[in-house]
Amino acid sequence: MLAKRIIPCLDIKNGQTVKGVNFLNIQNVGDPVELGAEYSRQGADELVFLDITASHEGRKTFSELVTRIARHISIPFTVGGGIHELKDVDTLLCAGADKVSINSAAIKNPDLISEVAKQFGSQVCTVAIDAKCGEDGVWTCYLNGGRVPTDRTLFEWAKEAQERGAGEILFTSMDHDGVKQGFANEALARLSESLSIPVIASGGAGKMEHFKDVFIAGKADAALAASIFHFHEIAIPDLKNYLAKENIPMRIV
Amino acid sequence: MKVAIIKYNAGNIRSVDNAMKRIGAEAEITGDPEIIKSADKVIFPGVGEAETTMKYLREHKLDELIVDLKQPVLGICIGMQLMCKSSTEADNGKVDCLGIFEETVQKFIPNEQISKVPHMGWNTIAPQSGCPLFKGLPDDPYFYYVHSYYASVGKNTIATTNYINDYSAALHRDNFYAVQFHPEKSGALGEILLKNFLEL
Repeated sequence: MLAKRIIPCLDIKNGQTVKGVNFLNIQNVGDPVELGAEYSRQGADELVFLDITASHEGRKTFSELVTRIARHISIPFTVGGGIHELKDVDTLLCAGADKVSINSAAIKNPDLISEVAKQFGSQVCTVAIDAKCGEDGVWTCYLNGGRVPTDRTLFEWAKEAQERGAGEILFTSMDHDGVKQGFANEALARLSESLSIPVIASGGAGKMEHFKDVFIAGKADAALAASIFHFHEIAIPDLKNYLAKENIPMRIV
Repeated sequence: MKVAIIKYNAGNIRSVDNAMKRIGAEAEITGDPEIIKSADKVIFPGVGEAETTMKYLREHKLDELIVDLKQPVLGICIGMQLMCKSSTEADNGKVDCLGIFEETVQKFIPNEQISKVPHMGWNTIAPQSGCPLFKGLPDDPYFYYVHSYYASVGKNTIATTNYINDYSAALHRDNFYAVQFHPEKSGALGEILLKNFLEL
């Protein structure tokens, strides 16, 4: 049976791993290749590396890092952050990334999704969506790491992304991110049921039960988390053994 | 040992080269017929679309070359599908492939239980024989998959996986081996399988 996936996410700035809490307040948590290899040994199913460097030099450092990751790590990995155009996607895939995650650039220019899917295949194209639920219950999509609201709403945008050729949706609930009180399961379940591509849940993991909930109540195909893994609050082998005991299909290494 | 990785218009070829380096093997990504023919082992990898990749193989006469190889050959993902008899991944609904395996390739049709295509992620394989490719693997080993088309189960099937329906996870005939999953992206078990292939 297809296993549910556990995906540690590593934020990268100037070639180093960092994790922002609520998108702010950054602490250094180590070398990306070493950390990624360690997560792979522990049983991570995939890895996500997000480049949060803004400068041009930083972008070059990141693609060099991607080359190094591809040489050393034997599980699939997605890279994202700062992808503006097809050329950026080409650079990162050539460096050895298995998938790219496109966020703000896809909302600004939805044709980018179609172009990436056509040129490289849907399987490389993850569309990341940061969204926040208003008091009226409407989930609004945000740009630029959650700083700029748009007129897009979560469900219609995810559907359009799928129709344009996205291979997966990575949905981060900004309301839940960093709060460690569980994932946005209601929205996730609705998203998962309305799409025919996998949904990766992000934002809100605080304890092991939250992962069980996101796979059962949230119907997610994969769950992504960062700080709880980086700060050793939850060990991946313990998490996977727990979920397997709860009858969630897990790949145990 | 010389390992040739066939270069053609499919993606993800470098990741096989990276995996070879990780297990200490020297490999060369090449479209040169002489290098491919003289290699000890040949890997036919890739991610891509059947019709355009078949067209490229024919135009570059790699189709005849691959069929005539005598050394162990390992097809991966689209490589495996191209080694089958035919695929429905084509504008007119059917493209003839290399015909090394008599199995045919078709698209997953979602059912009530499983609505998501592509089949993406880690799934188990059930080996059907004592093929040396699977030596040293634990029971119900997990491998990484990304695909929307699958090869049917037939007489060349040596392992199956279930997603929506049973299909061929691996095929074997004479010196030709093929896997639908990505051993180069399947962690430690993938490396065991690749080492087993190099020891054939």
